[in-house]
Amino acid sequence: MTSDLNVVIATDCGSTTTKAILIERKGDTYRQTFRGEAPTTVEAPFEDVTRGVLNAIQEIEELSGRRILDGERIITPANGEVGVDVYISTSSAGGGLQMMVAGVVQSMTGESAQRCALGAGAIVMDVLAANDGRLPHEKIERIRQLRPDMVLLSGGTDGGTVSHVVEMAEFISAADPRPRFGSGFQLPVIYAGNKDAAEKIEATLGEKTALTLTENLRPVLERENLGPARHVIHDMFLEHVMAQAPGFRKLMSWTGVPILPTPAAVGQIMQTIARRQDINVLGVDIGGATTDVFSVFASDGEPVFNRTVSANLGMSYSISNVLSEAGLEDVMRWIPFELNEADLRDRIKNKMIRPTTIPHTLEELQIEHGVAREALRLAYIQHRELAVGLKGVQAERTLSDVFAQSESGESLIDMMALDLLVGSGGVLSHAPRRSQTAAVMVDAYQPEGVTRLAVDSIFMMPHLGVLASVNEKAATDVFERDCIVHLGTCIAPVYVGKGGMKPGEVCATYELTSAEFTDGSESGQLMVGDLRLLPLPEESEAQLSITPGRDVDVGSGPGQVHKTTIHGGIVGVILDGRGRPLQFAAEPAARVEQLARWYKALHVYGEEA
Amino acid sequence: MAHAYTPGLRVTALTTLRRTRRLPLKGEVLVAAGDQVRRDQIVARTDLPGDIVTLNIVNRLGISAEEIAQYMLKAEGDEVRLGEVIAETRPLIKWFKTQITSEIDGTIENVSSVTGQVMLRKPPAPVEVPAYIDGVVVEVMPEEGVVVETVGAFIQGIFGVGGEQWGTLQMITDSPEQGITPEIIPDQCSGKILVGGGRMTHRAIEAARQAGAVGLIAGGIADGDLRQLLGYDLGVAITGTEDIGLSVIVTEGFGEISMARKTFATLSECDGKDASISGATQIRAGVQRPEIIVPSTEPAATAAAGGHISGMDEGDPLRVIRAPYFGRIGRVVELISELRQVESGATVRVLEVEFEDGERAVVPRANVELIES
Repeated sequence: MTSDLNVVIATDCGSTTTKAILIERKGDTYRQTFRGEAPTTVEAPFEDVTRGVLNAIQEIEELSGRRILDGERIITPANGEVGVDVYISTSSAGGGLQMMVAGVVQSMTGESAQRCALGAGAIVMDVLAANDGRLPHEKIERIRQLRPDMVLLSGGTDGGTVSHVVEMAEFISAADPRPRFGSGFQLPVIYAGNKDAAEKIEATLGEKTALTLTENLRPVLERENLGPARHVIHDMFLEHVMAQAPGFRKLMSWTGVPILPTPAAVGQIMQTIARRQDINVLGVDIGGATTDVFSVFASDGEPVFNRTVSANLGMSYSISNVLSEAGLEDVMRWIPFELNEADLRDRIKNKMIRPTTIPHTLEELQIEHGVAREALRLAYIQHRELAVGLKGVQAERTLSDVFAQSESGESLIDMMALDLLVGSGGVLSHAPRRSQTAAVMVDAYQPEGVTRLAVDSIFMMPHLGVLASVNEKAATDVFERDCIVHLGTCIAPVYVGKGGMKPGEVCATYELTSAEFTDGSESGQLMVGDLRLLPLPEESEAQLSITPGRDVDVGSGPGQVHKTTIHGGIVGVILDGRGRPLQFAAEPAARVEQLARWYKALHVYGEEA
Repeated sequence: MAHAYTPGLRVTALTTLRRTRRLPLKGEVLVAAGDQVRRDQIVARTDLPGDIVTLNIVNRLGISAEEIAQYMLKAEGDEVRLGEVIAETRPLIKWFKTQITSEIDGTIENVSSVTGQVMLRKPPAPVEVPAYIDGVVVEVMPEEGVVVETVGAFIQGIFGVGGEQWGTLQMITDSPEQGITPEIIPDQCSGKILVGGGRMTHRAIEAARQAGAVGLIAGGIADGDLRQLLGYDLGVAITGTEDIGLSVIVTEGFGEISMARKTFATLSECDGKDASISGATQIRAGVQRPEIIVPSTEPAATAAAGGHISGMDEGDPLRVIRAPYFGRIGRVVELISELRQVESGATVRVLEVEFEDGERAVVPRANVELIES
């Protein structure tokens, strides 16, 4: 199939919208050519997901002139201007995949099980562990209340103690849990713990649940083995969860490869890009209800993929929760005008209850961008906390480790080592100006050193994730050419010494060489507190040579000259001398003036620099 | 004529409505199709499995888990009474005997020879589903519940807290602009659903609760007052289970805002009539808004079957739901077909609206909602 792949139709069935894209081979490369969308039809009055899929595909038929449907059948393979070679799809309709996970020790198998489920594209509703501090009846009550789509039970290394993980199974059995969909069905439970306990787990849960046994996800303390359990989660998702949703059985019979949960597909494309380009990637998808963060960072030479989902950090349904979790002060610090607290609170609540409204005034837009910065920041903090090395491992420590106080469980996310930061989701993809997207991402993530910035223009990553499993080249071609919009590069020297630097001191001296610049180069001194924008178009490159101050690092160590090739973008090159973390003026009026200066430097709201 | 689809909240004096009354687990349906039911009548019931109590027998008897069966006096499935001995040691000298007694009335759920735990289950807890509205049972879902149909006035709110309530509607303000303050709460309003125009304050809600009201309806509420009422900051609009003694419904939104005239007039016509209300709100896919249902004595045949939303046309009444015209009511003058750039810089679909005072404005279509009948 892969060598003859010329035309692909892909859909992503979201909670509210079904998006279809057409991908065609043009010479040696694959391009996304047409797209269509239609409301998702999982709920009444239609209660058949395929209706929305057909509507979205019909829109593509109308735009492209290609006949894809024969009644309610997708024509395969492609023949001239008729049909497609393969149809692929992802789905997050009906609230996505909601899971509960259980382990024995919270920071060990509990976390491993959580990483496993998140990586498979699930929302983790709760993590139960023998040592989570809850009394047995509280755990049982919690399992009963939550009604997850499925449960992942792990615990114990192979050959270790059996009783703790069996105890967790007994709690699940006592709760007699029911799945969210289909009251007559048994709840799917996946056991991925100590293999010696498998028989007893089967005796405890075999009759009451739809139990599947798979390999231990933490066979020894030093190693996670998340792949087999993730595969079982995907199988269970198709067999038990998707199959219950209206119309999905029909949809599953149409697709050339299995339907993936939307976030799992996004994870696939992130991993493909990181592997093919040998880079560290951090991606975020900020939606109305949730924010997903994906990362692929090298650890001991191996790329490690992590995904987290912050279930109640979003820009519409969950916007009020962002304010509640971040606190009023942290949201207000981004707003470049004086605003009464009660007014801000009412505005945010009104967005919560009318989630489809859009900012009409500039002030409303600036408020939303302030909330977005905080949602992204909080989701990132949660990601850092879970994207860690394995805990409980006795690491070999060198003398330098002792001085550095490094320990097991350290975060894998190193902003200085980050190569590419990709944003997606309405507030980033549909910002009136791309400079707003860049400013929000830089402020929220505060990348260090040299980092390329991009945005997913129309949220095509899920489609490309499934496509990667069919044809990796097609997926990466479209990702590079049509999916992401390169915003530019952020260069942020970071002070690593003790004490601090004062505004006005020289932070770094830089020289950028490119034919795009008048005289072939741009050079200068970046002062502490400065924020500058140098235009460098998309598809263009420049040679950077930057010499940081004595205790300042740009990627090659404190005080060391850093030379690299940087990429342009629709926004350009951002020279960020504000330091990390960003410091805000204490006085409201001074803070407003400070923000105005930052926003003006990047032409965020149309100001002239 | 240009056409657009922007769903709004329904406000209608007479319509036919159906409500599904479903059990959380399978159980027994107590009424038949065609039965007339009253709002407080139980139409279906079931038993929820009782709570679990765990006893670590092996630790308390000082034995190993594998030995547990030898010490148990009760087996899985046996009924036990509070204080009844369920396990004991059998030493040679009786005086050293250790006994474990049940901490509840219930049954033995599980005896584990792996963990040494015994789980006891409390008796089932009954769950009963009332009809919620006065009406007729039009469908029975065996073992699951019923569908009840009624004819009457139907008003959707934008946001509410608290669950299902019923009582007599009582208007307490003269105009849709007048807010609800503690001073205008009647001394005696036990079982009443009070309706005002503008914003309700937390002190007014407290006064209504003290006076026995079961519901309070108004145009708006400030976020600060809601926080005081709930005792926490509501992060996500999924409500209906709050234990606050009464249900609160706002028809327009947060802040200082008047009730739409049509909503106020429709509610005024129901003054003194019995109503069923629910504050339950769920703003996710499958949106659920709070509602006020006032069953009528009008025959069903005269009622328009509502709920079919065809779209927005020029001349239709609407409300703007976002700053800078938030809460203002007007009519569609023109559904402008080309995209326009608005002040925020976004290029979007827009329409021109004429407000009640004659002022005109161009606003994003995403920022208006129809006032539907």
